[in-house]
This record gives sequence, C-alpha cells and structure tokens, in this order.
Amino acid sequence: MPWDRNQMAARAAEELEDGMYVNLGIGIPTLVANYVGDKDITLQSENGMLGMGPFPFEGEEDPDLINAGKQTITELNRTAYFDSATSFGMIRGGKIAAAILGAMEVDEKGDLANWMIPGKLVKGMGGAMDLVAGVGRVIVVMDHQNKKGESKVLKSCTLPLTGAGVVDRIITNLGVLDVTPEGFAIVELADGVSEDEMRAATEATIV
Amino acid sequence: MKKIYGSAAEALDGLLFDGMFIAAGGFGLCGIPELCLQAIKEAGTKNLTFASNNAGVDDFGIGILLQTKQVKKMISSYVGENATFMEQYLSGELELEFNPQGTLAERMRAAGCGIPGFYTKTGVGTVIAEGKEHKDFPNRDGEMETFIMETGLFADVSIVKAWKADETGNAIFRKTARNFNPPAAMCGKVCIMEVEEIVPTGSLDPDAIHLPGIYVNRLIQGTHEKRIEQRTTRTKEAV
Repeated sequence: MPWDRNQMAARAAEELEDGMYVNLGIGIPTLVANYVGDKDITLQSENGMLGMGPFPFEGEEDPDLINAGKQTITELNRTAYFDSATSFGMIRGGKIAAAILGAMEVDEKGDLANWMIPGKLVKGMGGAMDLVAGVGRVIVVMDHQNKKGESKVLKSCTLPLTGAGVVDRIITNLGVLDVTPEGFAIVELADGVSEDEMRAATEATIV
Repeated sequence: MKKIYGSAAEALDGLLFDGMFIAAGGFGLCGIPELCLQAIKEAGTKNLTFASNNAGVDDFGIGILLQTKQVKKMISSYVGENATFMEQYLSGELELEFNPQGTLAERMRAAGCGIPGFYTKTGVGTVIAEGKEHKDFPNRDGEMETFIMETGLFADVSIVKAWKADETGNAIFRKTARNFNPPAAMCGKVCIMEVEEIVPTGSLDPDAIHLPGIYVNRLIQGTHEKRIEQRTTRTKEAV
C-alpha cells in the first residue's frame, strides 16, 4: 500500500534532527509537526516568528499572531518575533536547517515547480523562492502522480520554476528519492510498493 | 518636533499625489495600516503604485483601494485572497510585479539603508531572474555561485502600523504584526505610522524599541478593526 498523507508526513518528520530550525510549507508539510515526537525542533514562520505553537483554543485567537498561511496560531516559551527582512535574512543566510514543502513538479536536476501554472490564476510565490534558495536542505513531500495519473517526478519540469537545482530529497506516496548527479536514487520504498512500480510511476531517470 | 497628528487624513495632508509610490506594512490582514488606507480612499488619490506583500481582501486592506480603482500597480509576493484584484488584473487594468517575499522585504530594507541594489540567489534560474544582471560571487562555502541583482524600493510615502509608540515615534510592534512594517517604514521619504496607543515619551524601555523614531515622521493613534483572515482553533478535548 502506498503511504497516505499522514504516513508521508511521519516519514518526512524522520528527516528532522534534534536542535533543527525548520520551515514547513502548507498542506502535507504542516502535518509533519504532529510527528516530531521528542525531538527538539523549532518551527519558523516566515512572516516573522521562530517557535511556532499550535492553533489557539477557541476564544483565544489573536489577530496579531498568525502563521505564513494567515491562520491564527499561538506562541511557545521559546518564541521570538522579528520583521520580514530579518526573517528572510535567516532564510537566505542558510540559518534554517531545512524546509519541507509541497510541489507540482520536481525533476532529476533538483528543479522545483510549485508556484504557477501558465493560463491559470497566479497567486504568487510568497516566500517559496527565498526558502528553496536559502535553506540548508529542501525536502519535497508530494503525491508521486497528479490526478490524471501522470508522473510529477520528471526528467525536466514543464512548469515555471520556483528554484533551479534546489531539491535534495523527495518523499512521495510511493517512497523516498534523492536527487543525485546521475538521476534519482531510491532511498526507500513505501510498504508494499515494488521497485518496478516506483520506476513505472516515474518519468525521471532512476539510477 | 511635532510628530503627532489628529487623524490619518491630517497626517497624509500635503503628501498625496496622483501616480505616487507608497510602501505599506502588513502581512495578509495582520499589522496593516488600516487608518491610512481608509484616508487614502477618502482622499481619492489615483494611479497609485503599492509595494505591499499582499493586496488585502475585497473589502479590507488595500482591497478597498482596488474597489475604487485607485491602484495602478502592485508589487507583491502573494495576492491570492482578493477577487477584485484578480478581476482587474485579468482585464489589464491593474499591473502586477511579483517579487519573492524575502526579496521584497530586502528591497525595502536596502532602500531605507541607502543601498540602491544588492545581489541575491533567490529566483536564479526562474522567471524572476529574466532581464536582471547575473554575477558570480563566492558563497558561504567559498564556492563560486551565480546571484542576481535586485534594486532598492524608494517609496514616496510609507504607511505602517505599530502597537505602541512614544511621542517621538519610538515604536513597539506586537507579535507577528511586526512583519513588513519596519522595512516599509524605512524605505519612504516620509513615514506615517498609526498606532493603537501613543504613550508619554520616557515610558518605553529604550532597550525594547523595535523601530527608532528617526524613521517615523508623522504619528497617529486610532482604533483598529484588526480583522482575522483565517480563524483556526483547536478544542480543549483534543489536547
């Protein structure tokens, strides 16, 4: 059985090490926070916060306290606030150990597309381009194929890029792949997924 | 040195002109200069260019100036939550320049620091890099890497929102409402700051000031709606 959303998030959480400062994107990456266990992880929200806490209890929402997805959140005893220039200074400066984010396409050169589909409504890249260019390690969590059954793991991205040569590892419903100079390398297969199934679902080169 | 004005309209008096460039603080609807935006709407100033991370929602934030068609161009990183914006953009009435969020913040900060341009690797190899100067520099690992040049954003006027300020404009922000407000405040020729409370000079801890009053030219106090864009909660049972 391929992994479901929560299993993908749990697998992504294994990438995180004690003491890391990490930025999580929206969607499945947000779920990663539920699986860090005892590890001492500090979450960054790029609108200006380190030490992001859970959603507030009803009635305790604070309009001055939101995450980068504009959702109301809470602070922790370790929390620090700062302005947007400082926030992206620590991102661009390589101080954030890892970003875990979703994608529309990833290719074997490590190129990532997750911000626009030509001809469709473009909402903007937000902080995604800064994150993938700046953080120590970029981990993509996404479904291996799109709704039409086409591979999202490609030889070359077809959509406009968010970053070129930025992805280190991808975690999909079928398993874990690393970007290497020769193509994708299989790190792990989801329970019950064979290597042949992984290869068949992947357009990119798998070494 | 009189910085305190009676209202946003008074603070903006003499500063507004058609075709001007305004830098605005805020992220989503958090920490936005609501009072100044309302006053600009009432003043009817046209053909405005705004540098602002977002464009508000249809009836709040910069959205209220889109409804009145006062905005010519937005420089933003994300404009997802605004149907009026999309309508005007798709019909060609509204220009849009997407900037990566960190590049936008740094363009404001740089301008405020007298830096007309800087190099960044954000956007290299993407549409953002098209037409921009590329240059190789050693990176933090000592390896040569390609960067692109981005320019400072020098605004005619900055409009920002803080939590508290003293009478000299020394300001304190609250939680994530700080966001773009300090860099936006820095990049304008004139900065108008609206706060929830003006406190007597001397009552703020000088070590706790987030933005020194040198960046604030005109100051107003007022009541803010502080609308929440996405109310997310958990239940006590779930803990």
